[in-house]
Amino acid sequence: MSQEGALTASGIGHGFAGARVLDDIEIWVPKGNVLAILGPSGRGKTTLLHILGGLLVPDAGRVERPFERPAFVFQDPLLLPWRTARGNVAFGLAGTRLARADRLARARSMLVKVGLGHSEAGLYPHQLSGGMKKRVALARALAVEPDLLLLDEAFSALDVGLSREMQQLVRLDAQERGVTVVLVTHDLSEAVRLADQAVVLSGRPGRIVARLAIERPARLRDDAFVEAEIRRIAAIETIRDAFRPTLSI
Amino acid sequence: MANNAWRRLVGGGERLWAALGLAIVVTLWEIGHRAYGDFVLPSPLSTLTALGHVAASGDLWPAVVTTARDALSGFLAATLTGSLLGGIAGRSMPVRSMLQPMATMLIGVPAIAWVVLSLLWFGGSGLAATFSVAVAVGPVVFAAATQGTRTVDGGLRTMARAFRVPLGAMIADVYLPHVLSYLLPALGTALAMSWKVAVMAELLSGAGGIGDGLAAARAEVDTAKTMAWVIVVVALLLVVDRLVIEPVRRHFETWRRGLPGEAA
Ligand SMILES: Nc1ncnc2c1ncn2[C@@H]1O[C@H](COP(=O)(O)OP(=O)(O)OP(=O)(O)O)[C@@H](O)[C@H]1O
Ligand SMILES: [Mg+2]
Repeated sequence: MSQEGALTASGIGHGFAGARVLDDIEIWVPKGNVLAILGPSGRGKTTLLHILGGLLVPDAGRVERPFERPAFVFQDPLLLPWRTARGNVAFGLAGTRLARADRLARARSMLVKVGLGHSEAGLYPHQLSGGMKKRVALARALAVEPDLLLLDEAFSALDVGLSREMQQLVRLDAQERGVTVVLVTHDLSEAVRLADQAVVLSGRPGRIVARLAIERPARLRDDAFVEAEIRRIAAIETIRDAFRPTLSI
Repeated sequence: MANNAWRRLVGGGERLWAALGLAIVVTLWEIGHRAYGDFVLPSPLSTLTALGHVAASGDLWPAVVTTARDALSGFLAATLTGSLLGGIAGRSMPVRSMLQPMATMLIGVPAIAWVVLSLLWFGGSGLAATFSVAVAVGPVVFAAATQGTRTVDGGLRTMARAFRVPLGAMIADVYLPHVLSYLLPALGTALAMSWKVAVMAELLSGAGGIGDGLAAARAEVDTAKTMAWVIVVVALLLVVDRLVIEPVRRHFETWRRGLPGEAA
């Protein structure tokens, strides 16, 4: 595998207001690969994703990001409240050379792909359900035809069936165009279905406590494989430790 | 059921309620007139008659034009400068820290003091009224624009940055809609203030306008005529508010319809 065009982060450390959140993070994602970031809540997954995407400059370390068109799905959908679903997707294209009509047309067809039809396209965010907002955010990201796609729990507000469909959509799109993907998730099965490699963040400050590789090509992973793989991963000691319940109720 | 009917009455009959409010004011006015007599409070009817006389004499229209020019030019200057400086101050801490105390100081100066000062500076030219309006109203616009720009959702700004949205779209789609929700109510207040300050300046400068008419009515000790001029100012204010500010507000706030806490 060549080094060319890879997303690379080395020696990343970061803190907020004196509290260290990330420490000594090393990441290497070859072009066209999918990396999953796993870990308990509040351990810096979102922070790391923002650093990888160039939205946050880390206190320490360097990121190499040889990409032209990054796109995000944020943990909060971050839609413009004063734009309709269609307007929000088109807004992601504001930086392209497309004419306004083309932007709207592309927005509309992208919304259809995430299962939002004509009637929903004209609704404002406050008129959409949580899962619909997430799908609008996903459509906005896919519409720009990114070469780097950063997903922060993009499928978490969806029911199982829809979540599988959206994962499929992302996987096919990414494979077809050779998109490099980094996704943050709490859902091990999502990581096993989509990712080529996964890292587990844990501790305070967050460090990478485990690295996993999932060798079989994503399109060949059937339910049986996913189940077996989840069982294998869940049995790994460091990962069990990372997710051990910290609250005693 | 009863609740529904009540709501329909309130919601649907908006005009009806407005008319009722107006009728109450006129009735109280008439009662006041009967209690205190013609000199203190002329009846609504004789006020209307006085208004007719003013109109017939040909004084009304030029006065309206002059006052509108004074008030609107000052308002426009205040809106442009206030929102531009406010927008910058909202984004830059040093600029904000520098300008905010100044604005607070300017708001503290009584409007009538601005009128006196600008008469001293600009004399009887029309510029005195424009200037008084602009300095009296500008800080109000500035404060709203600053507050609006400062409170734009950081997440949305990050999102726009992530999608590498150009500056123009950033301003038009991320900043403006939010800032306007602060700015438009302030502009309504500012516009109302503009008329008042303009009339005040005209009254003292004697360079024409409704204020000048008021001064003349006072000199003639003609209460009915004074009331007639007051009605003209109020009518002007209402017309411009309904014709300019309200449609703009409506246009920019369609998205709010059905938002929790918003009346339909
Ligand atoms: N802008 C910020 N200012 C201060 N602290 C922050 C900021 N953003 C994140 N943090 C802190 O950094 C830590 C990691 O936050 P982060 O959002 O990266 O966690 P996460 O792993 O994404 O959690 P979750 O799974 O719940 O989304 C938290 O303790 C949080 O309080
Ligand atoms: Mg997070």
